[in-house]
Amino acid sequence: METIYLEDQKTLIFRISEEIDEFKAKDIRRRADYEIERFMPKRVIFDFNRVSFMDSSGIGMIIGRYKQTAMLGGKMEIANLCPAVRKIFEMSGVLKLISEVNLQNEDLPELKEKIV
Amino acid sequence: MNMENEMKLEFISKSNNEAFARIAVAAFVSSLDPTIEEISDIKTAVSEAVTNSIVHGYEDKIGIIHITCKIINRKVFIEISDNGKGIENVELAKQPLYTSKPNLERSGMGFTIMESFMDKLVVESVLGVGTKVTMEKEIKELPKTEGLTLEEALRG
Repeated sequence: METIYLEDQKTLIFRISEEIDEFKAKDIRRRADYEIERFMPKRVIFDFNRVSFMDSSGIGMIIGRYKQTAMLGGKMEIANLCPAVRKIFEMSGVLKLISEVNLQNEDLPELKEKIV
Repeated sequence: MNMENEMKLEFISKSNNEAFARIAVAAFVSSLDPTIEEISDIKTAVSEAVTNSIVHGYEDKIGIIHITCKIINRKVFIEISDNGKGIENVELAKQPLYTSKPNLERSGMGFTIMESFMDKLVVESVLGVGTKVTMEKEIKELPKTEGLTLEEALRG
């Protein structure tokens, strides 16, 4: 997982690049909580672009980070769900709670620089 | 074409074996030429069952998880069992969003996913003895592509 913090927009982006199961979810949870507490962002985005597999452990992990972010006064969003990951998200009902963003349409010039 | 195949796996209940288990089953099933969605459904269902055995059955103690996987014609039968503590109330455990461990950020979706991603799910459990999950899924035959086969085309 790669962490990008855009200081001027107080936006924290996690680009997950592993398959999310119970084993990996523990690690993502620990690292994400550390960064969220460190930066106290206004906005947190979990980018699933490189995630090809996720089981229900991922849902538990995402709901937990959503609460954590909200508790610290921020908003959490998710981006780039592949069909397999979307299927789990849709089943869980989490998409009614957490909104999806299209990172390509976002005005995050600093992020674009960092991706290149 | 009539086809039968079978494999067995045994591994210890460490959560870094979750990936191994689902990938091994997916590789075994791949001989049926499943779609990406079918293979992903099977991987997810296996991952849920194995995670249940590790987190709930053995509660992070070390035990053995057994997987038996059979292919009969185009049907896949997967049996995942443990000798863990067992489930007190299987019907309650199968309820969507029910979890016995809410403090661990479990979503309570495991059995619901197995049930809806597979064609059939049976859960048998005896307290203090263990739990066996049996799942079944038919891999659909892909429709024959339109037009001539390569052989026919070459023959003109």
